[in-house]
Amino acid sequence: MSNGKMSFGARSYLAIGFFFLYAPIVSLIVFSFNQSRLVTVWGGFSTHWYGELFNDDALKSAVALSFKIAFLSAIAAVLIGTIAGLVLARFGRFKGSSLFAGLITAPMVMPEVIVGLSMLLLFVALSSTMNCGIDVAEMTGIQSLACSAFGERGMTTIWIGHTTLCIAYVAILIQSRLREMDKSLEEAAMDLGCHPFKVFFVITIPVIAPALVSGFLLSFTLSLDDYVLTAFLSGPGSTTLPQWIFSSIKLGLTPKVNALATIVVAIVTIFVVLSNRMMLKAQKSREAAMQAAAAGGH
Amino acid sequence: MNIMMNKLARFLPKGRAWVTAVPYTWMLLFFLIPFFFVLKISFAEVDISQPPYTDLVTRTEDLLQIHLNLGKYIAIFSDGWMGQYIVAYGTSLKMAFYTTVFTLLIGYPMAYHIARAKEATRNTLLMLVMLPFWTSFLLRVYAWIGILKDNGVLNNLLMSLHIINEPIEMLYTPFSIMVGMVYSYLPFMILPLYSHLVKLDGRLLEAAGDLGAKPWRTFLSITLPLSKGGIIAGSMMVFIPAVGEYVIPELLGGGDALMIGKKLMDDFGPNLDWPMASAVAVVMIMLLIIPIIWFHRFETREMKGNE
Repeated sequence: MSNGKMSFGARSYLAIGFFFLYAPIVSLIVFSFNQSRLVTVWGGFSTHWYGELFNDDALKSAVALSFKIAFLSAIAAVLIGTIAGLVLARFGRFKGSSLFAGLITAPMVMPEVIVGLSMLLLFVALSSTMNCGIDVAEMTGIQSLACSAFGERGMTTIWIGHTTLCIAYVAILIQSRLREMDKSLEEAAMDLGCHPFKVFFVITIPVIAPALVSGFLLSFTLSLDDYVLTAFLSGPGSTTLPQWIFSSIKLGLTPKVNALATIVVAIVTIFVVLSNRMMLKAQKSREAAMQAAAAGGH
Repeated sequence: MNIMMNKLARFLPKGRAWVTAVPYTWMLLFFLIPFFFVLKISFAEVDISQPPYTDLVTRTEDLLQIHLNLGKYIAIFSDGWMGQYIVAYGTSLKMAFYTTVFTLLIGYPMAYHIARAKEATRNTLLMLVMLPFWTSFLLRVYAWIGILKDNGVLNNLLMSLHIINEPIEMLYTPFSIMVGMVYSYLPFMILPLYSHLVKLDGRLLEAAGDLGAKPWRTFLSITLPLSKGGIIAGSMMVFIPAVGEYVIPELLGGGDALMIGKKLMDDFGPNLDWPMASAVAVVMIMLLIIPIIWFHRFETREMKGNE
């Protein structure tokens, strides 16, 4: 329902709405260049806090760990979430399909404290039934494998938690993309005797590629941003970026946090604007190609 | 050709089952089964051991004993309406409800105007809604501390405009929690509303106008009913997670307004009372089970409707 010009009322309403969304971000950026240690008292322009930021080793290792987990979670979430999306969009009803749909979407709404606690209790119970405290030399193959994964909380447990959360988002994205997609291409390929797996890789994957990319990016961001799940699933040796931010805020070490926020906002803005441009361009060239094809056909 | 199709038909169910098994197994293992551990441990007692709770099952010579300890549940409900847990549940439900109402009131007109804009403008506006969502949630919550505190941006502004003479206490009050929650959950309301409103056929609105309906009447009898799906989806996306919100009350709230998410984290962390934390979680799930089931039913109906 697009119809021409926006009224003055609509414009001002949107302006106020966007002011609400952006005022906090702008204030963070402004105060990141503040000379003063006091966050809200202006003491002159300075890039001092950026220097401090780059010398913080705890922060550096937190960033490295967060990126590693985000990357691995995004890969796993795209792999599993795409299959889940395909099942939701194409497989219709099967035994347990309702439970399946519920399980996939529930992590999107379920309060994170509950998800975090329940996963932690699972891992703790696993490590205690596996007797992970005992001598490593006495362990069987499976036992040592399970204990190295769940026995000590850290990267693996955080990765499992983040992946579970992100699968939901990827599955929804893929599912809605598959519903928009023209099924006749897949059906034609099947009629010509193509194996369903081949159909999926040769036809379906290229068509849903943009959704795969946005699913990856969304998962990456969600994982990079998650505090609550991580708080439950991390161990003593694993501090992620949100944990660093959270404790900095709690301890009042905040001018550095402002500088960090500004860097994050800058990177995200550049990235989102660029990808939006690329998507619009791709859409235009696709439309042009379709028009050309239609003209050629007649 | 037929042989090929037969082969395919024979392959399909088997292949499908295998494909389905991958996400199914993952979600069962790491999402559903963990809830049974929460349930189990909520019946345990605190123990100074590793892990810090007692076993429900004890084995002596030839006796298998199961201890179901209801103490934690009794502790939640024992002090009646004034008990700290009951108050915390009440506060959380109230906060989540207000958050849903305010995000709906602010988000609906935004989603509506974005959906009615020209396509190019629409994409830009939608990107502007999404952009804060991609930047860190913690950092955006933190930004409100700088705005709302006594010598913060808002108080300084109001004082320099001579609207107030001394700072208003805003930070660490229920008001600051509310601002933080509405702010953080707003995109979750706008996006489902937008995706429903954008599908609305403009010709219906024109027809209503041609038949002499006032804009307000058109809105009430056409736009609103047709966007019901978006309102329900958005409200659930906001309400259910908001009930268990931990970070916002922890960073923006004072000590007096205890919400249940923070209570759970306190029992789990500083108090090291995992059975209590589990019981708190079980009761929270009980409270949310009706909206969750309702949401799930609604989603399934929506998905079928789209086919």
